[in-house]
Amino acid sequence: MSVLVLLEQRGELKPCALEAATAASKVAQAAGVELNAVYIGQSLADQSAELAGLGIAKVYAYENDALNYYSNDGYVPIVRDLVQELGATVVIGSASALGKEYCASVAARLGTELAQDAIEVSWDGGLKAKKPVYAGKIVSEVSITASPAMVSLRPNVVKIERDGDAVPEIVKRDMPQVSLRTVLKEAAVAAAGQIELTEAKVVVSGGRGIGGPENWPVVQELADALGAALGASRAVVDAGWIHHSHQVGQTGKVVSPDIYVACGISGAIQHQAGMRTSKLIVAINKDPNAPIFKLCDYGIVGDLFEICPLLAAEVRKALGKE
Amino acid sequence: MKIAVLVKRVPDTASVFQIDGDQKSVKTDGLKFVMSPYDEHAMELAIQLKEAGKADEVIVVSAGPDGAKDVMRTALAMGADSGLLVTGDGVESLSSRGVAQALAAALKDFGAELILAGKQAVDDDASQVAERVAELLEYAHASVVTRFELEGTTATVDREIEGGQYTLELPLPAVCTIQKGINTPRYPTLPNIMKAKKKPIADKNLADLGLSGDALNSGIAVENLSLPRQDRLNKIIEGDNEVRVKELVRMLKEDEKAL
Ligand SMILES: Cc1cc2nc3c(=O)[nH]c(=O)nc-3n(C[C@H](O)[C@H](O)[C@H](O)COP(=O)(O)OP(=O)(O)OC[C@H]3O[C@@H](n4cnc5c(N)ncnc54)[C@H](O)[C@@H]3O)c2cc1C
Repeated sequence: MSVLVLLEQRGELKPCALEAATAASKVAQAAGVELNAVYIGQSLADQSAELAGLGIAKVYAYENDALNYYSNDGYVPIVRDLVQELGATVVIGSASALGKEYCASVAARLGTELAQDAIEVSWDGGLKAKKPVYAGKIVSEVSITASPAMVSLRPNVVKIERDGDAVPEIVKRDMPQVSLRTVLKEAAVAAAGQIELTEAKVVVSGGRGIGGPENWPVVQELADALGAALGASRAVVDAGWIHHSHQVGQTGKVVSPDIYVACGISGAIQHQAGMRTSKLIVAINKDPNAPIFKLCDYGIVGDLFEICPLLAAEVRKALGKE
Repeated sequence: MKIAVLVKRVPDTASVFQIDGDQKSVKTDGLKFVMSPYDEHAMELAIQLKEAGKADEVIVVSAGPDGAKDVMRTALAMGADSGLLVTGDGVESLSSRGVAQALAAALKDFGAELILAGKQAVDDDASQVAERVAELLEYAHASVVTRFELEGTTATVDREIEGGQYTLELPLPAVCTIQKGINTPRYPTLPNIMKAKKKPIADKNLADLGLSGDALNSGIAVENLSLPRQDRLNKIIEGDNEVRVKELVRMLKEDEKAL
């Protein structure tokens, strides 16, 4: 019996991988079993320091240039075989865009059950997970009795916690023969330094209330002051005011930052599905009846063109950025 | 070439959901049921491929109770040629694993070169049935596809990742799950709605697909449903703009320690 965590990487380990390891470590402790990890990618090299104190006993590292980018054909058989070899009874991954495909495929090959996009995972005589359903209007708590029990964890809902600085033992594995049916032609990834929406600690989003694409600087100034990633509602993405990659919601990114600021966003249910698990929600909207005010912690009823610049200045002052 | 499109009948997400007395399900009376919106995009893509002469036949496939035929009729009115419903006792309590097993078994003989589905169903957001079908049938697959082009037996697709996208070439047979934005689903016209009434929907029983008895048992169970976090402060800050902004920053910094 053991717990296995799937470490996601895009060249470097992703924060969600360390979050999944933190959650997996608690499960392993509660179940009284060992926690191991699997890394598949170009090279784990000195990144193992990042895995210190997470309670991981061994990292099984499959390093190969051909495995730099995720592929079902490359990754899934490795994990299936490793789970069987280790007799892992719990497998935890990340509910990132690729992670969900990864976990679903692994679950299928193992013929087991999987709860995707969990916002909480725990061990209480068996694996339990909480996950949003019905566009986030309901939270479902499930128990998984199939073995291995699989869960993918929503990014940013678990804080990375370390206990000590013990580094895991790295067990290098030979690459199995893989033939990739799918060919990766091009990988367009975020520019370096850009804050990824799903990983951002603060997100500032703009909706139709910004009036037009020429007004993004008003929202961006606030985002810059807060060190936030820029989000958007679907209305403004559909209007062509901003690229789809900024969209928050059921069709876009699901974010759970420490602070979510909605500027000129009404708060439609599909938007809520993407930001409802934020720790603090701030709304700026001129309509006191906008649904977003029912969901927010702090609200300002007012014109965003007046509020955002004042707020940006005040935040800079508070953070000593002036 | 044959295309199968997997669709699911789900409650409209705009509905008010009430948790039933057992705390394990939502009340279904009064809910409006629709085709899961992402499935509509998968349907549209299939029809466009057929119209472009790249596919000969489009079959719409679902697993569920008899009522699921409503949304299958919508798919037929959009342009699918026929339907296949996997149904029978226990179909509604199947887990994603079971549904995928049933769908894969039902699709085995049809010989679809391409299987399309929405990226997730908006009821349980399980996000795994189509991927499981792909693995069970040993098809190549890609999820959250925002662009799809077919040339001969190769599909070139863009699949979303966080902060970017991958452009992939998949050899058929393949499974793709579809994201919004790829196209605009058509509204069925009245003549097509009439025509759809005559198109065949075949039933396949779970038992005939080898799913009976223990095979129906799932290893995942809902223990409890609850409402999401209800403890939002809902504090509307009053005063003139300077005062309100100062107060907000103070609360974020001092009360919440979030700055
Ligand atoms: C299947 C499906 C999936 C969807 N997926 C998503 C999704 O992923 N993400 C998403 O966001 N939406 C999604 N939607 C769309 C969603 O239903 C809403 O249409 C959309 O979120 C509305 O965007 P908005 O809030 O920017 O615009 P609106 O609803 O038009 O709201 C604009 C708000 O701005 C306020 N405002 C205007 N001027 C000012 C001002 N000067 N100062 C302050 N406030 C001002 C107004 O009071 C209003 O509340 C989806 C819909 C469907 C059917």
